[in-house]
Formats: sequence, structure tokens, C-alpha cells
Amino acid sequence: MAKYLLLKHYRGAPTPVNDVPMDRWTEEEITAHMQYMHDFAARLEGTGEFVDGQALAPEGTFVRYDGEGRPPVTDGPFAETKDLIAGWMVIDVDSHDRAVELAGELSAAPGAGGKPIHEWLELRPFLTAAPTVTE
Amino acid sequence: MDERRLRALTPSVIGILVRRGADFAAAEDAVQDALVEAMRLWPVEPPRDPKAWLVTVAWRKFLDAARADSSRRRREELVEEQPAPGPGSPVDDSLQLYFLCAHPSLTSASAVALTLRAVGGLTTRQIAQAYLVPEATMAQRISRAKKTVSDVRFDQPGDVATVLRVLYLVFNEGYSGDLDLAAEAIRLTRQLASLIDHEEVTGLLALMLLHHARRSARTSPDGSLVPLAHQDRGLWDTGLIAEGVEILQTSLARDRLGEFQVQAAIAALHADARTAEETDWVQIVEWYDELVRLTDSPVVRLNRAVAVGEADGPRAGLAAVAQLDPTLPRHTAVSAYLHERDGDVATAARLYAEAARQASHLQERDHLTRQAARLNTGLRG
Repeated sequence: MAKYLLLKHYRGAPTPVNDVPMDRWTEEEITAHMQYMHDFAARLEGTGEFVDGQALAPEGTFVRYDGEGRPPVTDGPFAETKDLIAGWMVIDVDSHDRAVELAGELSAAPGAGGKPIHEWLELRPFLTAAPTVTE
Repeated sequence: MDERRLRALTPSVIGILVRRGADFAAAEDAVQDALVEAMRLWPVEPPRDPKAWLVTVAWRKFLDAARADSSRRRREELVEEQPAPGPGSPVDDSLQLYFLCAHPSLTSASAVALTLRAVGGLTTRQIAQAYLVPEATMAQRISRAKKTVSDVRFDQPGDVATVLRVLYLVFNEGYSGDLDLAAEAIRLTRQLASLIDHEEVTGLLALMLLHHARRSARTSPDGSLVPLAHQDRGLWDTGLIAEGVEILQTSLARDRLGEFQVQAAIAALHADARTAEETDWVQIVEWYDELVRLTDSPVVRLNRAVAVGEADGPRAGLAAVAQLDPTLPRHTAVSAYLHERDGDVATAARLYAEAARQASHLQERDHLTRQAARLNTGLRG
């Protein structure tokens, strides 16, 4: 088994096919979208492949250390051009092919007009602990 | 009675319930419930006959569940359809459970989970924690696995090779969290070796023991990987090595070579060298030739190239690597190592950095990054 992170972007991913911002959808379309995401996660719980899923607020802050005895320096929010993560789902699957298949299904979540958004999702494998037998 | 000895009773108790007419899935649930109760009650009130206690309690749990089940009728029909209890023995029962839990219709992850629960007697929570997934996810994985094998007849002959692959996977997962999967894999393989007389079972057991013996030398206190050549051999567990070598020799004496015996033989040659320099690389290359013959695996060919580099010099190793697919995992790392040994530090540093970017294991990536940093520091100075 291998864990993968499915990343959903507010910004920074290539433009989806059905590119209508959510605030121009109907309420029913939003409900249908949320239901799809919920059902997807529930289905993966059922197949024993779900690990975690979280949504993130778009507002974020960069923070860094600024030296002994000084408060951390903060920066942001960021310019519109910056890559921005909207949320993630972590899955634990048998193969990379399966991870791609599931990402494809998640990308089919309905948007405006009830049609799939064809949203670009970023798929990133987890680095794992090294196996015991290597030589 | 400690938890390990309690858990060791799991497969035979499931076997008894199945032979009394319970289907595997229900029997497994009932025994799991009984184990949980045993862990709670036994410290206060240890039973005179632990196994009999487990059988009684598990059978009662099974009956309770069957009664509570709304589809009770269906279950009773299923019970009637089960073949009459054959002339089975506890040994057969336990062995059949190994086969069932590693059935070829299961994905490897499902087989691992089911084996740890039904043969290993671990709780779903323990398995979930070891594999870093939520308990609900692991519960579903196990329940689906049980459904997948529900049509497999319990007395059907199984394939030892599939069982060994599952145990090897558990061992290789190593150590994460509270549960020591490597030790658990060794326990289950040891138990399997007592149930069936098979040279690859003992071959795998020897392989595990020989690798386990080096465990405390494999990582430094800060958690970074220590390669074999740099390990403090004084930290190796000589008792485990002696046991592994003895088991391996008995297996090899039967003259039916298999890949686990060969891997164990390679591990034994490493264990045998008092210093890295004393390693008998010529013999190791010969064993790798056997392993290539048995598995025809490109990964084995790459490992063989490393051994050739040690036996016949880095140029010979690089020549062997050049014949292999460059997209193989660790191909770049091996090239980097051989270039460094050949004195081409600049190429080695570049390749180590590239290998670090390709690495899929955390410790390995850190190790490769350190190698690149070490060489680059030298190049600057």
C-alpha cells in the first residue's frame, strides 16, 4: 500500500474545463458538489482506502523566525498569482494506477450546470520509511 | 500469560469454531471479541486452561451474534451448507488460516491486514496504528477481505508462496508506532515453520532473523540510516545471527533452492564478516547469479551490480549497471556510489543529488542528500 496526497487548489492549477467560480453556481449545484465530495470520501472509507481529508481557508500567512527574543515575522496574504491550496485528501491505495483512477473520479465532481468540473488535482506520493531488507 | 502467547492461540481457536460449523468471518469476529475480553479479565483472573477458556467464550460470542443477526435464518442455512467437520487437527486448522488470509484473490494490503488479525490475533486498532490509517478504514479493509474469501472452502489446499510474500511484506514494513511489525512477522513465520515442513518457510525465517539481528546498528541515534559498510558490527545480535545461520544451513541441505534461502545466504555472508572489508563479495556475486536465475528481477540485477562493483572493482560494477534500465528505482543511487568509488567525485555528487530527488523513502532520501553534501563539501575545499 502507498499513501498519496490529493491536492485541490484555489489557484495555481491549470484551468479546469468547466471553469465557473463557485459563487456563480446555483445553490442546488453547490449542494450537489458537496454531496459528491462527501459520497466520495464515504465510499473510500468503505473500500478501506481513506486516511484523511480537510479543507483549508483561503486566507493564509507566511511566518518565519526573526532571531532570539524577537516575535516571528509574518507576511501575506499573497498576490493573486500565488499557488493556493484549497484542501486535501489522503488515500492509502494498492498502486499508483489506483491513485490516478481515484483522483480522476474526484475531479469529476459536478460544478456549474451540474456538469463535471474536470478540475486539475495534484497527486503526490508520500515518502515512506525505508524497507528493512534492501541488499 | 502475556499478550503474545494469548495471541498465538488465535488461529487454532478460529479453526475449532469453523469446524464446529461457524463460517470464517463470524468465527473470526467472535474470537477477536473473546481476545479483547481475555486481555481485560485475565490479568485479574487467569484461567486454568487459556485455550479452553477462549473456545468457550468465543463460541458463546458466536452464538450471541448469530441470534442477534436479523438474517439469522440465512446464517443457519450457511452453517448447514458447511462441509462436515473433517478429520482436521489444530495444526491443519492453523495452516489453513494462513492460506485463507493470504488467498490470491486478496490484494496484498488486504492479505496483510487479515493475516495480522486472524492469524496474529492483533486488534483492528493495533493494525490501523501500525499502518497509519484510521481504525474505521482498517476495519473496512478487513471486513471486505473477509467477504472476498467467504466463498473459499476452508479445507482447500493453499499456496505457501503467497503466505510467504505476505509475511515478507509485514517484516519489511519494520517498526512504526507501538507495534513491532518485524517482530510480529518473525513470530508468525516461526509459527508457520512449526506447522509445515518447507525449505522456503525456514529460508524466510532465516532471512528475517539475519536482518533483525542488525536492527540496532541500522539507524543512528538521530534516526538516520547507517549503510551496512558503516554499521557498528558490535551492535549486531550474535544470538539471532547464529540461529539464522543454523536454520539456513538446514534449509540449504535439502537442496531445493528458493529465493528466500538465497537472500538469507547473502545476508549470512554479510553477517559472517567481522569487518566490511572482510566481506566475501565473490561468493555474494555467485548467490546473486542464483537469485537472478530464480527471479529474473531487474532489481536483483541492480543489487548484483553493486556486489560486482565490490568483487571486481567499480568499473566492472558500472559496466553491469550500464546494461540495466536507468528508470529502475535506486539505479542512480547505485551509479553515484560506484562513480565515487571510481574516483569521479563530481559525477558522484551530481548523481547522489539526483538520486535523492527520486528517492521514495524518507531515510533513504536524507542519506543520499548527505552523500551529495559530503562530496560537494570536499569539492569546494
